[in-house]
Amino acid sequence: MDVKTWTYLIVGITFAAYIGIAIWSKAKSTKEFYVAGGGVSPIANGMATAADWMSAASFISMAGLIAFSGYGGSVFLMGWTGGYVLLALLLAPYLRKYGKFTVPEFIGERFYSKTARVVAVACLIIISVTYVIGQMKGVGVAFSRFLETDYNTGLFIGMGIVFFYAVLGGMKGITYTQIVQYVVLIFAYTVPAVFISLQLTGNPIPQLGLGGELADGTPLLAKLDQVVKDLGFGEYTTSVMGSKLNMFAYTLSLMIGTAGLPHVIIRFFTVPKVSDARLSAGWALVFIAILYTTAPAVAAMARLNLSETIQPGKIGSAEGNLKYEQRPEWFQNWEKTGLLGFEDKNGDDRIQYYNDQNEAFAAKAAEYGWKGNEMTQVDKDIIVLANPEIAKLPGWVIALVVAGGLAAALSTAAGLLLAISSAISHDLLKGILKPEISEKDELNASRVAMVGAIILAGYFGLNPPDFAAGTVAIAFGLAASSIFPVLMLGIFSKRMNRQGAVAGMIAGLSITLIYVFQHKGIMFIPGTSFLGSMEENWFFGITPNAFGAVGAIVNFAVAFAVSGNTEAPPEEAVELVERIRTPGD
Amino acid sequence: MADTKSLSKRRQAYWRDNIRIMAWLMSAWFTVSYGCGILLVEPLNKISLGGYKLGFWMAQQGSIYVFVILIFVYVRLMNQLDEKHGFAEDEAPPLTSSDIEPDSKEDA
Repeated sequence: MDVKTWTYLIVGITFAAYIGIAIWSKAKSTKEFYVAGGGVSPIANGMATAADWMSAASFISMAGLIAFSGYGGSVFLMGWTGGYVLLALLLAPYLRKYGKFTVPEFIGERFYSKTARVVAVACLIIISVTYVIGQMKGVGVAFSRFLETDYNTGLFIGMGIVFFYAVLGGMKGITYTQIVQYVVLIFAYTVPAVFISLQLTGNPIPQLGLGGELADGTPLLAKLDQVVKDLGFGEYTTSVMGSKLNMFAYTLSLMIGTAGLPHVIIRFFTVPKVSDARLSAGWALVFIAILYTTAPAVAAMARLNLSETIQPGKIGSAEGNLKYEQRPEWFQNWEKTGLLGFEDKNGDDRIQYYNDQNEAFAAKAAEYGWKGNEMTQVDKDIIVLANPEIAKLPGWVIALVVAGGLAAALSTAAGLLLAISSAISHDLLKGILKPEISEKDELNASRVAMVGAIILAGYFGLNPPDFAAGTVAIAFGLAASSIFPVLMLGIFSKRMNRQGAVAGMIAGLSITLIYVFQHKGIMFIPGTSFLGSMEENWFFGITPNAFGAVGAIVNFAVAFAVSGNTEAPPEEAVELVERIRTPGD
Repeated sequence: MADTKSLSKRRQAYWRDNIRIMAWLMSAWFTVSYGCGILLVEPLNKISLGGYKLGFWMAQQGSIYVFVILIFVYVRLMNQLDEKHGFAEDEAPPLTSSDIEPDSKEDA
């Protein structure tokens, strides 16, 4: 069978499974719709959380980012896993004890303020919508590349599937679907990694293969360092991203942002007990760690394979570089998408891929008759998808990777849509606008809200505002600078009052937005950035993507300053804090 | 005995112990990631671990394993702490029904 048939088969089977589960697990009450009835076991919830959390960004983009940034890419690995320690220790058990449905609900009650609740809803919707657009785009791209449909058709199919199981099943349907999706995505991620690790190092475990030796006895990482350094790039295992301070702030932003993402937090409302919430965070991280410890191996091995494919011989010798005529099939396939680009600058019909920004090496390259880097376009996002083809793996493995990427994107999209719909129907409609609404009407309203959110996400997916990279920064920056500090203060400070919480959220949010916009353009519109993305204007060299940590610090500082100068919170708020701090009482 | 003390005394003692456990685990969390993975990465890179440089391994593998271990240690210590102070949960605490006005003040 060819790759296309395999892809239709495997994607078809997985989609049928998602729909089957949706029919079997239809939500009948708001409790089932919002928190799956509150009866999901910690391991099952951990697995669903892992699928919820690992989006198209983790599955498709992360290994590619690491492949081209080496050690500097560690910020993604540490940042996106270390956040679970914060979640488990600082938030999850207390929010579970609180025992209601949504994050804004907690913020509104703890700070006895509808304003606080509305501000929280606004943050939540902005965070979740920006995120969901990225997922929808991922679905469209995966479909169009592998099923050879056009991008829009792919997007509509994806929207239809999410619509079916998220609207029907709510959190209950989403949770059970996500468990299946986790299995699909982790299998799809690890199978090619195992094959490639075996090919290169003889060790089937990628985590060990990365520290293993190649057939000629040199350690893989030492070889990779040498290969990339010889082409003028920074040494793989030591090149930092920006500066040490930037890496520190970047990691911190991702950790705090992870712990502040509403769709991840609400997962901990679905387990039966406080102790289960703690355990569930542990299981979630186990399931996430399987992918996250495999990713650096995928990254390093793909970089090595790519370099050696293009530069099979000695650097500088006339025959050292791959002939363009002889480029492999995957190269040609990705060239068609425009994500891989070649331009024969010196007219020798061979491909030179090196760092022409490195002056010392560029001078040497000129002596070889090289006239600049000829790989004009190497999109980092293709690494994971192209990896099985680069390693010449069978068609069914390639099909599996497509199904895995779709599972990652769909599971995250569904979780985000649920967070959006519960914020609208439960927090805005029932909590503020129409408190007397019946459970049945609320359930219908949340389904309508979800349909609205899917259509909105689809609209942006069809007309992407072209800010894919920027949205990640803003979603994490907002979660880190608004939601996380206010939740932590609500639990750990009895003195924190309404004024402090609202002022803190607004201050943290605004400074992060201003910093991102001033460097990336207002609402990401090109040309409106008043300081440009120039490095010299960065605050202590911190990139806009890493600014969430600073926003969080501003949030904390403003909250303490304001609450210290205003009246203490009422007795009920203090009593609420006391109550959520202990599990059983 | 724990249950002879007043609820608020027990809560205070529980919270003090909880903060202590958290502080220890958070310092381990900080040390492995920000410490070994970023700040001290150069000196650690002089040590090798199989084909890995130790600092690089900590940043891309080791810190993640430690994070997992930290959460399970936390689960265990907190379950013991719940028992010790008489705050262990016997049954699942019922979720508040959605029919209750969300802004209503609740008694503990």
